[in-house]
Amino acid sequence: MPSTRRRPIAATAALAPTWVVVAVVYVGTMIWSISMSFTDSTLFPSSNYVGFAQYAKLFTTPKWLAALRNEVVFGTLYVSGCLVLGFLLAAALDRRVRFESVFRTIFLYPYAMSFVVTGLIWQWMLNPTLGIQANVRALGWDGFLFNWIVDRDMAIYTIVIAGIWQGAGLVMVMVLAGMRGISAEQWKAALIDGIPVWRIYASIVLPQLRASLTAAGMILAMGVIKTYDLVVAMTGGGPGNATEVPAKFIMDNLFQRQNLGLAAAGATVLVLTVIVVVVPIRYALHVRGARRSAAQ
Amino acid sequence: MTTVNPNGPRPARITAGRVGLYAFLLAVALFFLVPLYVMLVTSVKTMSEIRQGQIFALPAGLDWSTWQTAWSGACMGLQCVGVRVGFWNSVRITLPSVALSVLLGALNGYALSFWRPKGSTLLFGVLMAGGLIPYQIFLYPLVRMMAVTGLYGSITGVVVVHVIFGLPLVTLLFRNYFMGVPDELYRAARVDGAGFWRIFFEVMLPISIPMVVVASIFQFTGIWNDFLFSLVFAGTDNLPMTVQLNNIVNTTMGERAYNVNMAATILTALVPLAIYFLSGRWFVSGITAGAVKG
Repeated sequence: MPSTRRRPIAATAALAPTWVVVAVVYVGTMIWSISMSFTDSTLFPSSNYVGFAQYAKLFTTPKWLAALRNEVVFGTLYVSGCLVLGFLLAAALDRRVRFESVFRTIFLYPYAMSFVVTGLIWQWMLNPTLGIQANVRALGWDGFLFNWIVDRDMAIYTIVIAGIWQGAGLVMVMVLAGMRGISAEQWKAALIDGIPVWRIYASIVLPQLRASLTAAGMILAMGVIKTYDLVVAMTGGGPGNATEVPAKFIMDNLFQRQNLGLAAAGATVLVLTVIVVVVPIRYALHVRGARRSAAQ
Repeated sequence: MTTVNPNGPRPARITAGRVGLYAFLLAVALFFLVPLYVMLVTSVKTMSEIRQGQIFALPAGLDWSTWQTAWSGACMGLQCVGVRVGFWNSVRITLPSVALSVLLGALNGYALSFWRPKGSTLLFGVLMAGGLIPYQIFLYPLVRMMAVTGLYGSITGVVVVHVIFGLPLVTLLFRNYFMGVPDELYRAARVDGAGFWRIFFEVMLPISIPMVVVASIFQFTGIWNDFLFSLVFAGTDNLPMTVQLNNIVNTTMGERAYNVNMAATILTALVPLAIYFLSGRWFVSGITAGAVKG
């Protein structure tokens, strides 16, 4: 019997702190927050049950709706932008280029920096009076217009640019690792058949990278939902609500606007979003993994 | 684009495809490097130079006094102490957080892979699920609990929070690592009469040094770069560099000292960048190891 052979008393004791963390922090506080979203809590938690009133209020609050729209725009462009650029960079580096490690170091270094630093660099670069726009005008192109960061319709795209600059390198290293795992025989066979290189990447390499791309996409998608400090540092959510995001909306309502119930409702919606996004991906990977092991 | 032979010589022929390939790589490299260049040159320019609006121009001279100001004199509101204070707070937050989370994660991974006491699967499952949940749902109740225990607004409080939220990933890293260690090693140690703790400290921890390094680098950059937890839990006296930097840049009254701001930004990025450049492959294994079998 394994339990007597392994005598797990010390092991149980060693895991005790983690049990406490899981029970109290991960499960306990979540239940606390979710139940708070059904109350009329403002500055202090209240036990006055109001049903779904906070959710109804949430989805009629323009700032929250703007935050959700921005999150969809930002999330779609950021994840797809990082995946496409990261894949192209990996494919280019996979072509046996000179100075490969120099290029790799350059493409990944922004990932080592914080979102605050990333946001502040790009805030400065995109400064309409002293940044890129001013410099291009000074070079003689007087009508050059690149003031996206103060333009309500374009500001969210500046967050996308900064995000891709920071995150594309992650996709590159993960995809490159996957590409290096593809056998030389497959390459030889495809080249002997006269298939053009781009076609090999599209039809032979890409399908084999599904696991790396899914893993990278998951990390990026989780990052989208967490996006807070990048926006705080770069635009503060403005101009207007142009770069407001859900995580920031929740933080503001928790700690500045004293709107605990509303913030808790927003946080619950975020958790549900994660479940809706993650569970199908996990399930798909699990099913495929099971099929593969059944086939072997 | 003619030969792809992993062991052969580099293709010497210059084709249009090769030129396009390098043009693409160089163009993207430029996009990645320009912000770093702009940061550096802005930090050593004088304000009158900056007002000319030539962000890409080389500086007329090297004015390093901005760095001095950023380090020890830049203002957050009325308080002019520079990022120096934040630097030391970051050190005081990061070092214990990294040490504790890596040690606890290693212990978890070891217990969950070799010993598997009752409930292990459940614990691991909930921990992994917890690692995916957005932090906003935990924050307010955690603030209240910290306040009750007197940890709110202290370095210890932030360290505890960092350890708690670092656990899922570090545990996963070590569990996967120990799953790859042959069970014979564990059994041999058991036959020799070693118990749970002795096997951990004398056998398993020493052989997992590579993972300790990877996890430490990963945790160090993550915690050094953290903004959210420190903002909420550290209290105004213990703000780390990231929060302080954001306050310096975004709450200035009057004209912004862009040169000082950029110097402060570089200073804040310096530690994780140094780790990245020095540790190279270790950094890369840190960010990819957690993802491979998440």
